[in-house]
Amino acid sequence: MTRKTIATVWLDGCSGCHMSFLDIDHRLLDLADMIELVYSPLVDRKDFPESVDITLIEGSVSNQADLDKIRHIRAHTRTLISLGDCAVTGNVPALRNTIGAEPVLQRAYMEPDLLNAQIPTVGVPPLLPVVRAVHTVVRVDVFIPGCPPSADTIFNALSDLLNDRQPSVAGKTRFGA
Amino acid sequence: MSRVATLKINGQDVSGREDETILEVARENGIPIPTLCQIEGLSNVGACRMCLVEVAGISKLLPACTTRVAEGMDVRTESERLTHYRRMAVEMLFAEGNHICSVCVSNGHCELQGMAVALGIDHIHLPYLAPRRGVDASHERFTFDANRCILCTRCVRVCDEIEGAHTWDVMGRGVGSVVITDLNERWGDSPTCTSCGKCVQTCPTGALFIKGSAVGEMTKRNTFLTYIAQMRGNLK
Repeated sequence: MTRKTIATVWLDGCSGCHMSFLDIDHRLLDLADMIELVYSPLVDRKDFPESVDITLIEGSVSNQADLDKIRHIRAHTRTLISLGDCAVTGNVPALRNTIGAEPVLQRAYMEPDLLNAQIPTVGVPPLLPVVRAVHTVVRVDVFIPGCPPSADTIFNALSDLLNDRQPSVAGKTRFGA
Repeated sequence: MSRVATLKINGQDVSGREDETILEVARENGIPIPTLCQIEGLSNVGACRMCLVEVAGISKLLPACTTRVAEGMDVRTESERLTHYRRMAVEMLFAEGNHICSVCVSNGHCELQGMAVALGIDHIHLPYLAPRRGVDASHERFTFDANRCILCTRCVRVCDEIEGAHTWDVMGRGVGSVVITDLNERWGDSPTCTSCGKCVQTCPTGALFIKGSAVGEMTKRNTFLTYIAQMRGNLK
């Protein structure tokens, strides 16, 4: 049996979904025989591989770098999964959508009484005007809502995909779970 | 005394009084129909469109909570078409407000969230509107967060029909509609509000909650409604 290649990506999220992924615990050993983790914040590789079977996306699309990344990843991924509420709905990062990006930057960088207050522009990507759920930017194949989705939910969905079944999370997780 | 009608629901022969609704007769016969704005003990308004059913011979879908049964009616409560429209209605509710379940006081106890699960909704196809809506925290004990309001009008009805205060009402039209206290004044300044909390307890989401509730802590207790309605003889 050939191993399926897996990537995990961290966009605008808190890493809680990755923590939940690690909470799969000893069952990771079962998965380890079936997968090859080729790209992830958990492994040391800088560039996204040419072709990946399954990519899990944590986080919303909030800045220009997120947008560039997700478009590139979609083009090089067979099955793209929106993992967790930030990827699925925008969630907490999208709270700023009611007021826009500029007031958030002003509040964080200009309003506090800082020495030489300035909004950073060098070495950081500009914020998008609106925080987007992943599927509003690129096609998404599987949705796993939850904040974060439980380890069981992630494990079951991955097991289904590794066995060439379409995962069904209906009734097992929810927005805010 | 109303006459009795015989009809079919999902092919099953049932009977009900002609002053009963399809929803009431269905529930008497153990046939589930999803609802959000409906709550036993208050009048029915057909606002949420969850209880839409198909009636043979009528091309449009009818809300079961406000449609009376009739002799010979042939009702279907489940179909691909109905599921499609129920999902669409729930997705519209999510897209129209700011429902961030993970940071909501009602997370895990919310009827909107529960409906999304029941209908198998795992993402929202429609673009989120992210409207700019306010929060009224002027009341001593309760808070109103309009971001989480789905305009079911349970608060309006319970305040009017059970408490008799009519502090709540609806202002505006369409997507700009909002529930208000008195003449759109601060809740905390309301001369009509009795601070009974019935609106809070009947609200299906986290839009109305008791101050000091943290994420997932706000559970609603609305069994008093059935009791009061029965004592008054409002329930058939």
